[in-house]
Amino acid sequence: MDKVIMAEKLSLAYSKDETIINKVDFSINSGDFVFITGASGSGKSTLLKSLYGALKPKEGSLIVGGVELNGVSSKKLNFLRRHLGIVFQDYKLINEWNIEKNIMLPLIINGYDKTVTQNQVDSLLRHVKLQHQAGKFPLELSGGEQQRVAMARALSHNPILILADEPTGNLDEYSSQVIWNLLEGANEQLNTTVIVVTHHIPETMNINYKHYNIEFGELREVI
Amino acid sequence: MKSFKNHLSLVVALVSILFSIQIFTIVERSIDAYKINLAKNYSLVVVSKTILKQDILLKNIPLVQTINEIAPDGVIKRLNVGISKKNTELLKKTLPKFYKLKFYSYPSPDELRGITQKLKDIKAVTKVETFENTHHRTYRMLLLFKTLVSVFSICVLVVTILLIFKELKIWQFQHNERMSIMGLFGAPTWLRSAVLFRLAIVDALLASALAFILFVYIASNQWILEQFYNIGISVVIFDMRDDFLILSGVALVVSLLLATFIVLGHKEEV
Repeated sequence: MDKVIMAEKLSLAYSKDETIINKVDFSINSGDFVFITGASGSGKSTLLKSLYGALKPKEGSLIVGGVELNGVSSKKLNFLRRHLGIVFQDYKLINEWNIEKNIMLPLIINGYDKTVTQNQVDSLLRHVKLQHQAGKFPLELSGGEQQRVAMARALSHNPILILADEPTGNLDEYSSQVIWNLLEGANEQLNTTVIVVTHHIPETMNINYKHYNIEFGELREVI
Repeated sequence: MKSFKNHLSLVVALVSILFSIQIFTIVERSIDAYKINLAKNYSLVVVSKTILKQDILLKNIPLVQTINEIAPDGVIKRLNVGISKKNTELLKKTLPKFYKLKFYSYPSPDELRGITQKLKDIKAVTKVETFENTHHRTYRMLLLFKTLVSVFSICVLVVTILLIFKELKIWQFQHNERMSIMGLFGAPTWLRSAVLFRLAIVDALLASALAFILFVYIASNQWILEQFYNIGISVVIFDMRDDFLILSGVALVVSLLLATFIVLGHKEEV
């Protein structure tokens, strides 16, 4: 089975003195659905940031989608990011763009054809139940709706790997369910690898998943 | 609305820069035209023992437009009391030669000093009358006017540059977030900054268009044209092709520099 992520003796830190993740080894196979849990400040989001290259490894090796992130060039990092779907806790939508254009962002970056882009966006808007809000701007939507837009954006270009940082953190039940259904669907139907950082694993999950927990800078699989 | 306001503040700043540049250009042109006008009424008198070779003088002093010999008839007429015609002719020959030099443009004090020196270096020349006091007073007035306008233009430029730096900070704040988000999805630098450069170009074109309308109006304003007519000069206030190209170029360079500073100052979010 192909490895999408391989980490060896990976250490992560924001400063020289304080190491957040300490020499962890792990690998994630293509098509896996993975939950990473841990207490607040344990380093879950830090680990996720390192997976999309926003934080360079302090030590060790980290390979994501075949790209070694230790000392990666900006060109290679951009290449990798074009094949990732990222969902942020604070949505990171572009406020001066309407939601249709926000969803289009990865498609524009990947140079998709206009018709393909439009069809894909229309389909995703239906999936996230926001087809009537296409022309609205992010600040005109509720938090749940904004996160659904962010989810649609992450899925728009059929990424090899979805990284979601507490995607249902502050959402209502309905929006949370839409998000989980989309993540499950992407994993089941498109074999997309999904990594979700969260405090709580929903009880309604209908698929097999792996569970890792971070504690004291160490990552352990929960069986 | 907020975005419109931000556009407006850059456009206003750019128009102010273009306005001060064009005003400075108009003053430069007015002074040049006025100098030509002054030159028409100004001449220098040279007294020489012998006839001066005019072609050599014209060649050595490029600013000289014409050299005319002043006929001594008037002086001789006043002295002509019982002098025979033969003696009058003899007197004409022995009298020094007087020349009136006219210039293409009004010489500066330094140029005037140089011209005087060149003339005095000619052995036959005994006196050069430059009417220095009147000349210097007029020239100093011109310089004062030019300096005042230059100071005004520089003040406008400084205020505008400060405005633009303020604008830079607003733009940096606005565009950093979008550029970071685009970066997180793998957009190359050119694509991240494309929106910014497009905005910069649009603002520059808007400012150029506004400056064009403003100066076309000023150039056709009857009251302004009358003021130039009253001081006896005719000036091109706004050349629709050359001046417009210069102003558009300046607006583009300034706003593209602004956009470049923002792109260079962009930091990735961690």
